[in-house]
Amino acid sequence: MRRLELRHVRKAFGGLDVLADISLSVGAGEFVSILGPSGAGKSTLFQLLTGAQHGEGEMFFDGTPLDDHGRHFAFMPQRDALMPWRRILDNTTLGLEVQGIRRKAARARVAPLFAEFGLAGFERHFPAQLSGGMRQRAALLRTVVQERDMLLLDEPFGALDALTRTAMQRWLEQMWRHHRWTALLITHDVREAVFLSDRIYVLSARPACIVREIKVPLPRPRSLGRADALQTSTIEAEILDILLNPEPNPHSSKGHDHD
Amino acid sequence: MPVASSSVASRPIASLLVKAAPAIIAVGLMLLAWELYATYSGIKPTTLPAPSRVFEQAMLNREALVDNAIPTIRATLIGFAFSLSAAFALSMLVDFFRPLRRALFPVFIVSQTLPLVAIAPLVVLWFGFGLVPKIMLVALVTFFPMLVALVQGYEATEAEIGQMLRAMGAGRWRVFMLARLPSALPYFFAGLRISITYAVVGAIFAEYAGAAKGLGIYMLNAKNNFRPDLVLAAVGVSAALTLILFGLTVLLQRLAMPWERAAGQQPAGTGPWR
Repeated sequence: MRRLELRHVRKAFGGLDVLADISLSVGAGEFVSILGPSGAGKSTLFQLLTGAQHGEGEMFFDGTPLDDHGRHFAFMPQRDALMPWRRILDNTTLGLEVQGIRRKAARARVAPLFAEFGLAGFERHFPAQLSGGMRQRAALLRTVVQERDMLLLDEPFGALDALTRTAMQRWLEQMWRHHRWTALLITHDVREAVFLSDRIYVLSARPACIVREIKVPLPRPRSLGRADALQTSTIEAEILDILLNPEPNPHSSKGHDHD
Repeated sequence: MPVASSSVASRPIASLLVKAAPAIIAVGLMLLAWELYATYSGIKPTTLPAPSRVFEQAMLNREALVDNAIPTIRATLIGFAFSLSAAFALSMLVDFFRPLRRALFPVFIVSQTLPLVAIAPLVVLWFGFGLVPKIMLVALVTFFPMLVALVQGYEATEAEIGQMLRAMGAGRWRVFMLARLPSALPYFFAGLRISITYAVVGAIFAEYAGAAKGLGIYMLNAKNNFRPDLVLAAVGVSAALTLILFGLTVLLQRLAMPWERAAGQQPAGTGPWR
């Protein structure tokens, strides 16, 4: 069942095409990634979905056109965006508070999840007292407790060191198997996309269009190396080849020869 | 590791003394040099009194000094309260209606270029010898730094926090209360520390231009009576006043921003789950 569907979405900023032609869909309980070079306009796509920006084209959720309020989505920004002045517990309840849920009720809803997110005992800490990985898990907790229809993850591990990032990817894959969130992930990390996703949309450089849709048939739970190493590296090589040897962009010749 | 710094926290006075030691030694050395010069150079006490004489006279005239310090403190605090409320209200207005900023900021900047020496007598001429002109002058010198600090503080809000809150469905008011206002706190306190020192100077200046009572008029009278020792005693009182107010703002900041001190502690978490 298709939940999110985008048809020929375009977006330009002051005459500069950022998104040229984006059509994609995300099914219920599916983990989909959008993979593209830096500055390709991946984050712009999320801004369109959450209503922070307006573009052309059609966007549907469960068959109905999207309105501005982004009420279907729980959004996790690139950096953790934890509020330094709120304790971890109060950071994770933020979305619920904005929804109008009383602080006490919100805390009661979040508290049981701290153990699963590896944050038990840190409820009363301030974000500055936590490591990067813990902060990201707190940010993800804040995102999922909003109980929206779909998660939008914008390069959630981009700011972490390599080892922590790998640990977080394994952890997220495991969490996803438990909860089967419908999720759309933005990343420029090929291995991350292949490791986490059911499907991957590969984006061209700006103005961005989708150059390839790749299914990842690897069995879950995903493992690092071992059994599926060959298949994994074949898919990774295919994606890298698309990204590093791009075919001429059909949209880039549209009157922007000064660029 | 909830309390990593317990050994320091248990002896706050000792750690404070260690931190303050260089300043205390520097001031002590300066006073000593001054004392030696005033004693052995043969300079007249009516020109440059020794610190010991200033202190002695301050003790002898302590009732008059306290009596004159009270109106100064009152003018400082009331004026500062006024300017703080005005700066806060206006900063919010400017934050919600951006064009206002361009309209009003030039006016405020001009207000900061007015020389206090010229303005103080005029304000006294217009509003008399009472409390009003003092409050106005204190407000004039402290308002702008506070306004700039607040407006800058709102601007310093992390863009991603704002974007996230809007995606959560928060309106402008919620975003302001949940993100912009707390983000401005460090800037607010930086502005507060600067402004509070201006405030005392502003009040004394206003009294200097004309007042029934106050440290400013006390200094003027002492000078006219060829009593530099009493002028310096009053200066000492105003300096002490400023230091106390400054210390209060630091204390207030600690209470209002407990996460700042937490940030100094080591991040938690080890192993592959960092």
